Amino acid sequence: MSMRVTVNRELCVGSGNCVATLQEVFDQDDRDGLVWLRVAEPPESLRELVEKAVQLCPVGAIEAERRTTAR
Amino acid sequence: MPNIDISTLPAYPFIGPEDNPFIPVKSSDLERLDGSVGKVRLPFGGWAWLITRHEDVRQLLRHPGFSSDQYRPGFPVLNPIPPKQDDASGLFIFMDGEAHGRLRRMLTAEFMIKNIRRIEPLIEETVIEALERMRSLGAPADLMAEFALPVPSMTVCHLLGVPYSDHDFFQHHSRVIMDRNSGPAQIEEALGALAGLIGKLAEAKRTAPEDDLLSRLMIERVVPGELRIDELVSMAMLLLVAGHETTANMIGLSALVLLEHPEHLAALRENPDLAPGMVEELLRYLTVVRTGLPRLALEDAEIGGQTIRAGEGVVAMLAMSNRDGVVFPEPEQFDPERREAHRHMAFGFGLHQCIGQPLARAELRVALVELARRFPGLRSETALADVPQRPMAVTFGVAELPVTW
Repeated sequence: MSMRVTVNRELCVGSGNCVATLQEVFDQDDRDGLVWLRVAEPPESLRELVEKAVQLCPVGAIEAERRTTAR
Repeated sequence: MPNIDISTLPAYPFIGPEDNPFIPVKSSDLERLDGSVGKVRLPFGGWAWLITRHEDVRQLLRHPGFSSDQYRPGFPVLNPIPPKQDDASGLFIFMDGEAHGRLRRMLTAEFMIKNIRRIEPLIEETVIEALERMRSLGAPADLMAEFALPVPSMTVCHLLGVPYSDHDFFQHHSRVIMDRNSGPAQIEEALGALAGLIGKLAEAKRTAPEDDLLSRLMIERVVPGELRIDELVSMAMLLLVAGHETTANMIGLSALVLLEHPEHLAALRENPDLAPGMVEELLRYLTVVRTGLPRLALEDAEIGGQTIRAGEGVVAMLAMSNRDGVVFPEPEQFDPERREAHRHMAFGFGLHQCIGQPLARAELRVALVELARRFPGLRSETALADVPQRPMAVTFGVAELPVTW
């Protein structure tokens, strides 16, 4: 099972909190320092850290799909 | 704006008690505040809403309807500002929208964690050199003058490509600029002196570029016509000033906290891996930008249940939001193992959040680890209540910190 993460490079200001939190999923562009995703659908085991990155992003540039209830 | 008798409002900026640099606001000031969003009287005239809760500060600093442009009429000015001039053309911390984004984006890659890791050996070298020099001068020593101040200014100078011989010059002038007791003429003179030297350095790098920030901005941005030379000079000055006093005060105050809690200093010596978590808690607990972050409402907005009208000023009180018990249980306690410490807003929030935070974190971590390792017998020469504070500076700190070992 995995989760879906999206980032908004228009909003991103390159503060790097997401990379500091979870470098398996987030990285910064060498040219402009803005966010890019290494993994768009990280495993569910990383959910807590992905949500931490969402919370710490100063501009709300990261969204993580909410957990859907198991059927 | 409705008529308000501002003489009855609490005077801002707040300062802490003289006998404890770890308390950001006196209880007598806290008692006078009217709720979590209340009015305060500003030092240079007028009033503003003081925003104190963690959630409200987050919301305010992310809100697109507030300006950081201190030259707009009605802006809640907290510190003396120089008259608007060409020297300010690169000061993107005071800009909004695309003007801000254009300049900030030229620097974001420079401060990425992966690039800061590359210069970490240089930080270590700088830290060790300063500590061993302090040791060779002999005890007692002033930890602020011998360690806390030189480390960040030397690090920023390395980053920019400013030669070591100009180091004292930069330290002196950036201190004048950051001191609330400096008059506008003194500030202008110090800005002019720094701008002159950086301009000269930048021109030298046009023909002889090196592996540094000034060279890259010159070759990649100025030469192709994306950036003017006056913008480069003022942006470089912003980095020097912003990267110097803030980190210096954090190093000094952090050392003081650890001297007051020798068990944590000992723990850090035993296990340097504790440093990253400890640094986050120190950032929360100390919050050196004690005057907070001023903004001007450009449109009506609601923050923390209070309607803020267009044209009114607000101040995000970072030090109080970092002690909001809703987010940080027992907020007055320094607890290096605090799980939620990383939620602090010592670096601000929103699109102006500190661009240099990976650098600041690296400097703090290395500085504290080496201090603990190299000076196992470190102790303060002064009782906490007698350590001289610098409450009227833009970033809070202690004036001196006499230590022995």
